[in-house]
Amino acid sequence: MTAPIDGQGNATAWSRGEVGTLLLILAETSFFAIFIVGYLFYIGKSLSGPYPADVLELPVVATICLLSSSVTVVVAVRALEADRRGAFLAGIFATVLLGGGFLAATALEWRKLIVDDGLMISTNLFGTTFYSLVGFHAAHVTVGLLLLALVGVLGVLGFVRKEHATRVDLLSWYWHFVDVVWIAVFTVVYVVGV
Amino acid sequence: MAESVPAADVHAHDDHGHHEQSFASKYLFSTDHKMIAMQYMFTGMAMALIGGFFAYAFRMQLAFPGMDVPFWGQVSAAEYNALVTNHGTIMIFWVAMPVLIAAFGNYLIPLMCGCDDMVFPRLNRLSYQIFLLSAVVLIASFFVEGGAFGGAWTAYPPLSAKAEYSLTPLGSTIWVIAVALEFVAFLLGGINFVTTAMNSRAEGMGMYDIPVVIWMIVIASILFMASVGPLIAGAVMLVFDQTLGTNFFDPDRGGDPILWQHLFWFFGHPEVYVVLLPALGITADIMATFSRKKIFAYKTVLYTTFATGVLSFMVWAHHQFIAGVDPRMAHVFTITTLLISIPIAELCFVYIATLYKGSITLSTPMLWALAFLGEFLIGGVTGIFLGASGADVYFHDTYFVLAHFHYTFFPIAIIGTFAGVTYWFPKMFGRMMNETLGKIHFWGTVIPFNCIFIPLFFLGMGGQHRRIYNYENFPELAGQGMQDIRIFATVSLLVMLAFQVVFFINFIMSLRSGKKAPNNPWRANTLEWQTPSPPPHGNFGSEMPKVYRGPYEYGTPGREEDFWPQNAPS
Repeated sequence: MTAPIDGQGNATAWSRGEVGTLLLILAETSFFAIFIVGYLFYIGKSLSGPYPADVLELPVVATICLLSSSVTVVVAVRALEADRRGAFLAGIFATVLLGGGFLAATALEWRKLIVDDGLMISTNLFGTTFYSLVGFHAAHVTVGLLLLALVGVLGVLGFVRKEHATRVDLLSWYWHFVDVVWIAVFTVVYVVGV
Repeated sequence: MAESVPAADVHAHDDHGHHEQSFASKYLFSTDHKMIAMQYMFTGMAMALIGGFFAYAFRMQLAFPGMDVPFWGQVSAAEYNALVTNHGTIMIFWVAMPVLIAAFGNYLIPLMCGCDDMVFPRLNRLSYQIFLLSAVVLIASFFVEGGAFGGAWTAYPPLSAKAEYSLTPLGSTIWVIAVALEFVAFLLGGINFVTTAMNSRAEGMGMYDIPVVIWMIVIASILFMASVGPLIAGAVMLVFDQTLGTNFFDPDRGGDPILWQHLFWFFGHPEVYVVLLPALGITADIMATFSRKKIFAYKTVLYTTFATGVLSFMVWAHHQFIAGVDPRMAHVFTITTLLISIPIAELCFVYIATLYKGSITLSTPMLWALAFLGEFLIGGVTGIFLGASGADVYFHDTYFVLAHFHYTFFPIAIIGTFAGVTYWFPKMFGRMMNETLGKIHFWGTVIPFNCIFIPLFFLGMGGQHRRIYNYENFPELAGQGMQDIRIFATVSLLVMLAFQVVFFINFIMSLRSGKKAPNNPWRANTLEWQTPSPPPHGNFGSEMPKVYRGPYEYGTPGREEDFWPQNAPS
């Protein structure tokens, strides 16, 4: 990539899309930071069960899906920059599938928690903090997934070309951010919290 | 790169402005930063009228308990709470924020940085539309069953979290949703401001050639973006508690109401600086122009502002000294709070040094800027008492606190705004404002303002607690002496409100028949004055400006003119 140049011909370190995305990520980070701090703050303060240690299982499949999707999205962006359409589409759809796998695993986990363990968002502090933190993360995954799927469909129709690589790259930044948040959520909820 | 559009493409859309536009494309879907700025400003002014009307209604109740307030009627206890709550909410979130950050930011950043529009114009449009929606949602809360939210603008749970305490089952949820929507709007706006100032400056404009007001708006936007996440998160938790039965803040089930106070003030204190910095920037530019001098220590101002921004994230618990925080933690926050007064005091000295030996013109904008400095100092000095935990234990939740923060917020939101509006009016509308009416309005606002709030310091020291709708129920506060002070404050408020009519007359008359404004009526250096008043679509016509020097080169020795525009080659 060449150094970005703004509308007036000044060379800048970051393009406007990059600056805007980074600022969005800054605000989102502070949003998630509070739910993570809230989760840590309320660990062990539930007055009634079920407690995390009794019902939570390590989400191994979901984590593998999400972390590897960060690799496939990079493959897709690199392929688009090199104008290799087949590899680009393969990378995007692999990412969508892996993200979908993560959401499916989360859905199964929630089904077990709700149906088998009777844990609702209003049951106790654990339910309150767990569903809001994991739920907001899953909502972000869903948004990213829809955008990636849109890119994939437009790519199949032939609308996504080499010159759009920067925009797809910005979407991949968001996707990496969601991934990093998951690492924090995983650590706090499934390692520290049980 | 797709983002690095060649210069020719950027200028191509200059042509859009030259054909007739339909109402919808001109007002509803315009992406022009000047139009969006006007929409923010007029929406903010309309909300200021509503917020001012609320102040009138509850001040009348305080001065003359139980009277039929004209245009409102009897003020019941619940209505009093709703009025006070929404007065605060509106004045901070729907007046100070949209006018100081959004309106001036939108108007000034592209013009002063020398580019044709914001870098994300459609995002900008969306930001205003969400903001307008949030204003409608907030006003709607007055017309639902149970009435508007009355739990104070700080919305402390458990009062705000449970309908059986707040008695406003719908009003409190609508209030939180309106606030959250409003923050989303400013989040989008802030992304635009920072990105535009970083990436779209005119050729030759280095970091230290950016006018102070732009720096201040950018730093304020970054502060906002870093601090708003916690409050949006807190608002979500509060809405969940209200509607889904979660127990974030419910002590019965292990939740902790103090958590909300931490989240609210972690946002709330940086928020003070979010609105303060643009006002400081506006006055800095005005003072340089009207004392025909360089800003004293330009770079120090920037570093000081950064330091203030960082420190502002470390002082929040000084709002909670008596809320059950650990006394040892209170010591830490006392120290950080007293520390933050140092950079702000330094800024005040810098401003005075800028005035020193300047060739001062006491025009209306300059009067407002000077008043800002003087009144804000009173706010700052009384803040020291509240920052020290030992004194705060006694002053907390009294009218002393109330008078203190009005001495900070009134200079910011009202005096700073009038300074900016009177200064940039010729550029915005192409006509000069009437100076005589401007000065009448100035004195008619500033003198009554002091008459309202200085007495309230004494009421606070006399033990008058906040948020009580009728002091007749408290014998030790119901004496004639204290009641006379309340009546004096209320009458002063009526006088001040009456003088605002002068402003609106001046505004409308100048708009219709004011003297035509030249490009650069104040003989200022910054780029917005080097283009026609009002600027055309695309701001600078076919040739974008090139910048050769900093924004404050006044009175350069050896130059015939006492100013030196940033884009003048020599």
